[in-house]
Amino acid sequence: MIPKPHLALLAALLAAFGVSYFSDHIDPYYLDVLTGIGINVILAVSLNLVNGYTGQFSLGHAGFMSVGAYLAAAVSLFLGPKLLGEDGGTAVQQGFLFFGALIVGGLSAAFAGLLVGVPSLRLKGDYLALVTLGFGEIIRVTFQNIEVLGGALGMNGIPPYTTIFWVLAFVAITVFVVTCLVNSTYGRGFLATRDDEVASEAVGLNTTRYKIVAFVVGAFFAGIAGGLYGHFKMTITPTGFDFTKSIEIVVMVILGGMGNTVGVILAAVLLTLLPEVLRPVAQYRMVIYSFLLIVLMLARPQGLFNFRWSLARKPKPSLP
Amino acid sequence: MVNFFSLVTEFLQQLLNGLSLGAIYALIALGYTMVYGVLRFINFAHSDVFMVGAFIGYYFGKIVPVGTLWGGLLVLAGAMLGCALLGMLIERLVYRSLRPAPTLNVLITAIGVSLLLEYSGQLVFGAAPRTFPAIFPSANFHLGELTISSNQLFVIGVSIILMVFLQFVVFRTKIGTAMRAVSLNPKAAQLVGVNIDIVISFTFALGSALAGAGGILYALNYPSIDPLMGVMPGLKAFVAAILGGIGNIPGAALGGLLLGTVETFVGGSQWSTYKDAIAFAVLIVILLFRPAGLLGKFTVEKV
Repeated sequence: MIPKPHLALLAALLAAFGVSYFSDHIDPYYLDVLTGIGINVILAVSLNLVNGYTGQFSLGHAGFMSVGAYLAAAVSLFLGPKLLGEDGGTAVQQGFLFFGALIVGGLSAAFAGLLVGVPSLRLKGDYLALVTLGFGEIIRVTFQNIEVLGGALGMNGIPPYTTIFWVLAFVAITVFVVTCLVNSTYGRGFLATRDDEVASEAVGLNTTRYKIVAFVVGAFFAGIAGGLYGHFKMTITPTGFDFTKSIEIVVMVILGGMGNTVGVILAAVLLTLLPEVLRPVAQYRMVIYSFLLIVLMLARPQGLFNFRWSLARKPKPSLP
Repeated sequence: MVNFFSLVTEFLQQLLNGLSLGAIYALIALGYTMVYGVLRFINFAHSDVFMVGAFIGYYFGKIVPVGTLWGGLLVLAGAMLGCALLGMLIERLVYRSLRPAPTLNVLITAIGVSLLLEYSGQLVFGAAPRTFPAIFPSANFHLGELTISSNQLFVIGVSIILMVFLQFVVFRTKIGTAMRAVSLNPKAAQLVGVNIDIVISFTFALGSALAGAGGILYALNYPSIDPLMGVMPGLKAFVAAILGGIGNIPGAALGGLLLGTVETFVGGSQWSTYKDAIAFAVLIVILLFRPAGLLGKFTVEKV
């Protein structure tokens, strides 16, 4: 008997196969939008593990995404021709190379997450937010100064390996890993760390380790999303991963309702579609976007899709 | 010996440039730190109030005769007044109803307000950079090899005057006492008859006026203004506020000056391409050793 989440993962992977099988019959514009949605869902769900479930406010997700994007692109640009030969190899070989590139990107982002997480997770709240933002900016400026990786101009001519199959498959894997992790016995520690750090410490949980694990896992998937993004856009620049991008992902998490995976997925879909829908009024697009953001925060502070919260809300005991 | 002398001159020149940049960071940082002091949240829109200040100066500078000291001061006062009104408006319309909400929501709303100001700015003012007029008469003084522009002196002078004034308001006036009371304990302040709505409104007005002044002074030294000009200086000013210990007024001034100086020195060295990252590197190093900032008090969390 296979457990339920594993069955769901299997079904999602099969669905990804199905969609990619018929992808020739789908309008390329819709495929592009769907790819963009998928990448944003991966980013938002992985950040939700850090921000939503563990309660550590990170503003550096775009930095980890850029590490993944750059390293994955470097693998397929520099190693690819050597491994596949002049003719570019068969589709299956390319698939294996791409998978390897994504994993390399993800692992290096996870390593960056560890490097950033160990010193900064001693800080709390706004301080942590600012330090992660700072690390994101440092990563960006560092890439701007690495000539091998294109410097300020970024990397061009990345092979377009990202297909709808890879995106949907990794969306499924991300959601699966985050959900299983949080619902496992071990994962209860993330929620405990968020709900009351002092109490968790008192019952013997190593909250620092939980924070770092959440950070590293989140960074890993951000790196995967970065790799997918680079092989989708075929060109990446350091400025594409500045803190505006991080904020975009945070907004998805908060609008979805912190620590609510389904809501966060819906918010990521909505916020990716919104600019597409607003394309006819492109001039006013960002004004409308920011205005909606303020109105939503005033009207539904618990998140757009967080329905359970409003039902279960109890009056808070007032503290002195 | 000559070599040593030119090295000293170079050092003094960079120090002066750094101090004038740092004074502007300090002015913006004060607004962040005051709002944080009373409401405990990062007012991301502050950097855009700074931008609006520069644009008010740009348009106001077309109406009043500029190029004289009094004309320039009039523009400065106009920008400060305009920004104070804008800050109060933002607080009244947006932040007031969010006071009981969790910090994160307020933060996201502040980001929303920031984006709204930036992109409405692009619609109203246009996205292309504009040249800020020379609203003050300017001259360069030479002290040996050292070049001092009157704008730099002016920036440092105005910043010092405003900071002394702020210190006076916060520690010597009734409303300043009320501000400190709200910052220590809003509920208790209310119990002893402090009208916290007025105090918070006043705090926003004061902080935004300083940001407006900062906008004008920044535009004097870097006379190309556009609707996104506030993002980087705002971010660094916030770093400065944290560096000095957030909620602490002398700390914000210290952090700003420190950051401006370090950044200018790095900009003049062989690592100049890392200039934008250095502020954050300094922040991280200092927070690792003093998690509450340079002048902040470290508090242990209690149950």
